[in-house]
Amino acid sequence: MFVGFRDRDLVRRAASEVAKRAGSRGFRIMHVCGTHEWSITHFGLREMLPANVKVVAGPGCPVCVTPGAEIDAVAELAARRKAVVTTFGDVLRVPGARSSLAEAKAAGGDVRVVYSVSDAVQMARAEPEKEFVHFSIGFETTAPMSAVELIKGPPKNFSIYSSHKLIPPAMEFLLGSGAGIDGFICPGHVSTIIGARAYEPIASKYGKPMVISGFEPLDVISGILNIVTQVVSGRAAVDNEYTRAVRAEGNEIAMGAISKVFEPCDSFWRGIGTIRGSGMRVRGTYREHDARARHGVEGGGDEGMPEGCGCGDVLLGRMEPEGCPLFGKACTPARPVGPCMVSSEGTCAIAFKYRKVR
Amino acid sequence: MPVCLAVPGKIIRIDGEMAEVEIGGIRREASLSLIQREGLKEGEYVLIHTGFAIAKIDEGEARSILETWREILAAERAD
Ligand code: SF4
Repeated sequence: MFVGFRDRDLVRRAASEVAKRAGSRGFRIMHVCGTHEWSITHFGLREMLPANVKVVAGPGCPVCVTPGAEIDAVAELAARRKAVVTTFGDVLRVPGARSSLAEAKAAGGDVRVVYSVSDAVQMARAEPEKEFVHFSIGFETTAPMSAVELIKGPPKNFSIYSSHKLIPPAMEFLLGSGAGIDGFICPGHVSTIIGARAYEPIASKYGKPMVISGFEPLDVISGILNIVTQVVSGRAAVDNEYTRAVRAEGNEIAMGAISKVFEPCDSFWRGIGTIRGSGMRVRGTYREHDARARHGVEGGGDEGMPEGCGCGDVLLGRMEPEGCPLFGKACTPARPVGPCMVSSEGTCAIAFKYRKVR
Repeated sequence: MPVCLAVPGKIIRIDGEMAEVEIGGIRREASLSLIQREGLKEGEYVLIHTGFAIAKIDEGEARSILETWREILAAERAD
């Protein structure tokens, strides 16, 4: 059904249209999604675009922006045998400021990788004598699942450690920080949840086009073409190029679950700093299932970025992975130094995996 | 499994809040608790993220976008 979106002729045709409309003006277009970066690199889309149209990756990898101190806090719960920690596979090897979950596991802690938060709830139900803490990370795409589980009523021994983050405040932060961005490719999956309308205040406040795009090559190039066309014609609107999955109002069931369980709070983004209103804290009504309250662990703030790691600049789109002196030398996916090299959504990991193709 | 990845899955069977879906030839269970279930039919596609369907995929929309591009290309080749 969707193979047409990879049709090379169509993709090339769309890319040549980008070149035509962009003329000689320089463009800097940012996306904020690990899957977009994967698609752009995997399908060699940067090579198809004219040299004056640059597409840079922003902070779209949730694992990469989770503060080191939060990883430490959860790793410690496992290492001290206070709880079984469940999380997604990508999180395991990310270095905290002091430790990683993989290290906590090697030290005898009970750390389990789950595919879904529902699996974690089931485990907690099956082993009522143990405490379970689900390290709940991710953007608006992942938060509704944890919210739904808390609403359904998990067993007493289950709680979540929320490191959830909201994407629009980060986009606003980037536009306000003078990063020289001409427009955003908005994250497709986050957008299925928050809806196209969510970007409208930002597009009008900063006068930048924001275009929602899917993940197939034709989707991404169409998004870029839309932004370029808007810029040259002086428009700055929210456009939805991913209409097969994203509606203006988003997913109201998922949004309802998020706002029932979480309230916005300031949140620290590793390598970037604190972004106002970009976090999701468990509301008081669900305190019993909030690991931060239940186990007295906080862990905000301290990012603990490894020495010499340029992830901060990579996450802000200021530096390409190849610009980091450690890239491919001291830092590789097998022996990662920084968080961007660990997660399969990390910009450095993606760049490393596909660098031979480049 | 990347945290933010969602993949299209074809609905094979709906059973209340759960569905059996096929993702790239592999069958899996997925929760339908985050989407509107009314009108959802077997054979339709949904986006699956960490075991939950998060959006229905509109095949008509997908087809019309492809058609537009194909027409542009065909028109140019005819020139
Ligand atoms: S190559 Fe490694 S050390 Fe350098 S920025 Fe990327 S993750 Fe950090």
